[in-house]
Amino acid sequence: MAKKEYAFYPGCSSQRKASAANLQTSVAAMCKTLDIKLTDIPDWNCCGASIAYAGGSELERVVINARNFTLAAKHLPGQDIVATCAACWLNARESKEKIDGNPQLLAQANEALKEAELHYQGSAPVRHMVEVLIEDFGYDELKKPVVKSLAEIKFAGYVGCQTNRPFGIAGESFENPMYLDRLVESMGGEALTAYDQKVTCCGGALAFSEPDKSQKQIRDVVEAAYDQGADMLVTPCPLCQANVEVYQSEINRKQGTKFHMPIIYYSQLMTVAYGGSVKEAGLDAHIIQPTKLQQIAAKK
Amino acid sequence: MDALRTTGHQAIAAAPLPYRNDFLKEVEAHVEDGEWVKMCMQCGVCAGSCPFGPHWEHPPQEIFMMIRAGKRDDVLTSDAMWMCTSCYNCVVRCPRKLPITQIMHGIASYAQELGLAPKNQPTRDFSIQFWKNCTKTGRVNEMKLTVGLYFKDGLVSGIKQGMSMLPVALGLIKAGRLNPFELFGGHSPKDQKGIAAMLKKARAIEARCAPATH
Repeated sequence: MAKKEYAFYPGCSSQRKASAANLQTSVAAMCKTLDIKLTDIPDWNCCGASIAYAGGSELERVVINARNFTLAAKHLPGQDIVATCAACWLNARESKEKIDGNPQLLAQANEALKEAELHYQGSAPVRHMVEVLIEDFGYDELKKPVVKSLAEIKFAGYVGCQTNRPFGIAGESFENPMYLDRLVESMGGEALTAYDQKVTCCGGALAFSEPDKSQKQIRDVVEAAYDQGADMLVTPCPLCQANVEVYQSEINRKQGTKFHMPIIYYSQLMTVAYGGSVKEAGLDAHIIQPTKLQQIAAKK
Repeated sequence: MDALRTTGHQAIAAAPLPYRNDFLKEVEAHVEDGEWVKMCMQCGVCAGSCPFGPHWEHPPQEIFMMIRAGKRDDVLTSDAMWMCTSCYNCVVRCPRKLPITQIMHGIASYAQELGLAPKNQPTRDFSIQFWKNCTKTGRVNEMKLTVGLYFKDGLVSGIKQGMSMLPVALGLIKAGRLNPFELFGGHSPKDQKGIAAMLKKARAIEARCAPATH
């Protein structure tokens, strides 16, 4: 039996050939090393993300999340629900707080869920993968399987918004959370703790609808990483990763900059530190190549 | 007006409208987390904390005061709330702990429901497209979402936008993170029928339980 088991909520962007497919690849490799068993919530659906509010009503948005909790409680009873996507975690947790704290909303949600032959009677808590790593394992435990040194790489830890606010990781500050830097250091990498854009918004979903305004945010995030002499950015958030990686070429085209700053997931650097290959760490799925990390991963 | 002047009623004619908080009551009844609006103490930390701060026609604390002052049309037709990136910076910094992000979404959603939201507001359009996309099967189809975004203003503009972003899209396809074949299907849960029925029911419940609009 695995050391820890969780009901896993992968989210839309983590699916095969979706924008954060390599987050999923590296999370799977990282969990294998740590003996974590993730079982997908059977037949899970989208959480609605943070941008659905003009299309979906409050009850609709709560109900789609309640469906996932109900399926988790039914098929994977007792297992904490774990998400890797910041928006999935936030929306699921917020919805759960709403129905658990409001009997009228709960009754309405159950009336709607009945149409899908489901009934919500409470579920285990909704947690972020980073919480699992820090709270259920701890930095010392995470350090144990490290077999490769990342000492040559300087990482700027870009936490972003929704992994940090409004819930955040217990014991961390909203203005200057340190867990990502501590994770990097636990893996033997150099954490640039003076990186000052770690909780800056990348524009989120508005990167699509308000590209110029969002690209100003992304420019700040990338420029500050260069200022610190970073080799790459590291983030826990799939939308931060995609926005910051994808739009650098647009900023270069429009503003004449020469940005070429790789951005990876914490799970990728952990997979490499644990001895994983380029493929296992999902390092073969970047537009801006994190060359230094790829080289270490490729070394026998 | 001239008649008023000559009869000495000028002071009455020029007096401000009486303070009415009907709109505050309406917001409390209809807007998600609207009951928090009255708690704002006008400090302005939200405006100063917003990544898109300079782009708001009225920053959140102004919206809150406008609601209390009964400026219904000015609030609901504004594109201010549509600037929210859901970063939650205002929420964690608000000294009164108002769920500002949620209230902004709530006001935007209410304006949309009443048909007062500004047409062609790009975030409004994207929000509607996103919801349609993710509830069509139950999971997001990223390829259709991207294509739909480019072609929302018609074919010519879509091709132009698509061409300018083509290197980016090709980069993602090459990296295995965007799948052109999703145009013909894509990921989905099995119980699509159940999900559709559940959402239909949710809308019916809300219509049944909604208090009357002022």
